[in-house]
Amino acid sequence: MNNSEPATRSMPTRLATLGMALALTACAGAGGHPRDPLEPLNRATFAFNETADKYVMRPVAQVYDYVPLPFKVGVGNFFGNLGDIWIGVNNLLQGKFVDGLSDGGRVLVNSTVGMFGLFDIATELGLEKHDEDLGQTLGSWGVSEGPYIVLPLLGPSTLRDSAGLIGDLQVDPVWQFNEVAVRNSLTGLRFVHRRAALLGADTTADQAALDKYGYMRSFYLQYRLNQVYDGQPPRVKDPDDE
Amino acid sequence: MNKIASLLAALALSVGVQFNALAVDSTAPDALVKSVTDDVITIVRQDKAIQSGDTRKAVELVETRVLPYFDFAHMTRLAVGKDWKQASPEQKTVLTQEFKTLLVRTYSNALTQYRNQQIDFKPLKAKPEDTDVVVRTEVRQPGAKAVQIDYNLEKLADGWKVYDVLVAGVSLVTNYRDDFGKEVRTGGIDGLIKSLKDKNKQLDTTVSAKK
Repeated sequence: MNNSEPATRSMPTRLATLGMALALTACAGAGGHPRDPLEPLNRATFAFNETADKYVMRPVAQVYDYVPLPFKVGVGNFFGNLGDIWIGVNNLLQGKFVDGLSDGGRVLVNSTVGMFGLFDIATELGLEKHDEDLGQTLGSWGVSEGPYIVLPLLGPSTLRDSAGLIGDLQVDPVWQFNEVAVRNSLTGLRFVHRRAALLGADTTADQAALDKYGYMRSFYLQYRLNQVYDGQPPRVKDPDDE
Repeated sequence: MNKIASLLAALALSVGVQFNALAVDSTAPDALVKSVTDDVITIVRQDKAIQSGDTRKAVELVETRVLPYFDFAHMTRLAVGKDWKQASPEQKTVLTQEFKTLLVRTYSNALTQYRNQQIDFKPLKAKPEDTDVVVRTEVRQPGAKAVQIDYNLEKLADGWKVYDVLVAGVSLVTNYRDDFGKEVRTGGIDGLIKSLKDKNKQLDTTVSAKK
């Protein structure tokens, strides 16, 4: 009893100290970014990701990039088709029924006429491809982003988008394959395909930025805001533009 | 005789210049973006050197065909944000020059990546009296979602000028604001100028190393 008392008392105290420390770190960065209270941790993760990318992901993507374009387009279409199901659900969740139905139509057309999704016939028929996920749906419901978070290997995110990502992965068709070998191969292929699509653009960030970490953070936050508003974020007159 | 000839030449020149200015002024912003884009793409399609990654040639193309339609002073002001007010006129000039160099170096490279993507121009939503408009375009490519590229233009005395470019909603200009703000906080405006100069020098050496 007596022993447990200091423990119970010290736990909240410790938490409070930790909270204070975090709050102080957040304030201490008087120059710190208001949306990035975890900046020191994020920077460490970012550095790790950069190294992993330089020595593993990028070289693998470069090798993959040698495969002929029609094959790559087929791979992109195949995963795109699998993704369209959840994109459609998210459009419905956001109240965009026409878009959601159109996504359903895309899956029907591409899974049949498009040979299991290898060909994107639906786009040619005028059913436009959308880009939605649970993070965007939460955003459209008014959930704020919370702090900026750099995820290991996956890169820039926010608290909201990380929560969304967990939901996205629960229903990810690729993860529903029972056979582990198939599931892992598909997951790997999709990852490499996505990385390869960024070849060329990735060096632009290196060239453009004075501080790549800050550049990518700003990029991600603007990019997601644009996605939540489906390409039409509110246009505010810049207060610093005289 | 000589004098008259040179006078005539000067007159012809000034008329020409005025005529040019008028021609630019009367071009609608969406038509301007389209004509510059078409112009550049036509050249890139025919230029094997640019396609194979000749950054210097790409920079040259951008400097002659694109830069006249950009307002770099405005872009730099936007990128620096609230610290712009504390910069002296000389510092503003240097900042603008260095930022321009950085943007041109960085994004000229993007031209070398061009591979027959198709560019769609969206109808302009603006009133005739508007002096600040957004021209929306989309770059389509097989097997991927189209990439949205928006140009913000402002009407100035010598015609419409681009002051911001947004790729997938990301401003290539204001994306620098955090970065620049941090530089100013640690080293003042001069610190920012120095960092920009160092960055440009470093890009210069990588460009020449690649050649």
